Amino acid sequence: MPLYVSDKQIVLPGDIIATRDYNVTGSIYWDGDAAYSAVVGLVSIKGERDIEVIPLSGIYKPRTGDIVIGYITDIGLTGWVVDINSPYPAYLPIQEATLKPVDLTMVDLKSLLNIGDIVLARIIDFNLTKDTPVTLTLKEARLGRIEGGTLVEIDASKVARVIGRRGSMVGIFSEELGCDVTVGQNGRIWIRCRDPKDESFVARVIKFIEAESHTSGLTDRVRSMVSQYKGSKTTSTTKPR
Amino acid sequence: MGKQPPVPLLINGRRSDGRLPNEHRPVRMEVGVINNAEGSALVAYGNTVILAAVYGPREVPQKHLELPDKAILRVRYHMAPFSTSEGRKSPTPSRREIEISKVIRMALEPVVILERFPRTTIDVYIEVLQADGSTRVTGITAASLALADAGIPMRDLLVGVSIGKVSGTIVVDLNQLEDQYGEGDMPFAIMYGRGLITLMQADGEWTPGEIGQAIEMAFKAAEQIYRLQKDTLKSKYVESSISLLT
Repeated sequence: MPLYVSDKQIVLPGDIIATRDYNVTGSIYWDGDAAYSAVVGLVSIKGERDIEVIPLSGIYKPRTGDIVIGYITDIGLTGWVVDINSPYPAYLPIQEATLKPVDLTMVDLKSLLNIGDIVLARIIDFNLTKDTPVTLTLKEARLGRIEGGTLVEIDASKVARVIGRRGSMVGIFSEELGCDVTVGQNGRIWIRCRDPKDESFVARVIKFIEAESHTSGLTDRVRSMVSQYKGSKTTSTTKPR
Repeated sequence: MGKQPPVPLLINGRRSDGRLPNEHRPVRMEVGVINNAEGSALVAYGNTVILAAVYGPREVPQKHLELPDKAILRVRYHMAPFSTSEGRKSPTPSRREIEISKVIRMALEPVVILERFPRTTIDVYIEVLQADGSTRVTGITAASLALADAGIPMRDLLVGVSIGKVSGTIVVDLNQLEDQYGEGDMPFAIMYGRGLITLMQADGEWTPGEIGQAIEMAFKAAEQIYRLQKDTLKSKYVESSISLLT
């Protein structure tokens, strides 16, 4: 019943992880009695017997319940086609876009959402037997078309690190800079700051998190980057209150 | 074979380029060389230089090709017009290139876990920048690295090694000359970590004993390349953190 890896170890496709005595999840495959890594990934030992292999790169695979940020790419008869940065096309039907009943003969869908608009949406269905496997909804408090702020795109496998453990990373931005960072599970991140000048800095930090996502102590490094930035800001721009 | 080589292929146990029969040409590799691709790799076996780029998993443009239970793999092996030593090669895919594309695809298919992405396509482009023999196996090594770089689930890394026969001796990693005038060649694709072979072709006459010897030599050569593949993939993540500390 051996375990062949240690916490935070980088594994490669074909590397043996552990035997059946362990509960191995993530990007792995079982062959006989052993689990092998299927990707270039990072080992995370979560408990006595729980091991996860987290991929270090890869595309976004939709899951029901995920919040994503998508671009409207086409308008159909009864809804919109949305690009959610995934190999599966997404569809937003009209009844999921608005709370009011819409008379399709009277209303031009363009007046609600047009091509190029950006939406924050939730995946309510992922069904591969459909023509458009992903179904989205906007019928929830903070969902809908988004305007203003800055949008950055990162690798979807790094999303968990940008959020941080129980939202610690995103928390730094809101506490220190008053920036609202909304992370779509598909790797698109929407940043709104009280001072719009901070947005480019936050975008840079997020790109830094993406590049360094496999290293440890990242939260502390980001915290010091943010406080350093805050310090430089107050000394250079001495605004009278 | 019939034709006489311009230089003897084997003198006193040394090959035309000075190598020993079991000596591989120097192998060089790099990953992440193309930004627009999901994953990419540049691999050189001596003077053979190959660029591989992986796109996807992505939507299948021709809907009738997609499969309901798994992804499809599309491979294009192509030689650049400037890749050969004998003048310009026509850029149109030749009969040979189309066949090699299929052969490489069949070597990769058992390795990639296609069931994870139904109804999508994974596109692998293998571009021969400079050809000096053993291009299909170099292409396989490059394609495998590019797939791993793209984060596509695979059962193992795949190593391509070619074995050949010149003047009755079994040699590893043929160059252009040995490929053209040798008595036989036998390309392999090896999942070294799992000890499996996903491609084995043969040209020329081989005795059962020689085939056994060829397989043994292929695995021996594959071990070195497999190690280098792993180091290359790891260094992408380890080095970036070092550069940050300084």
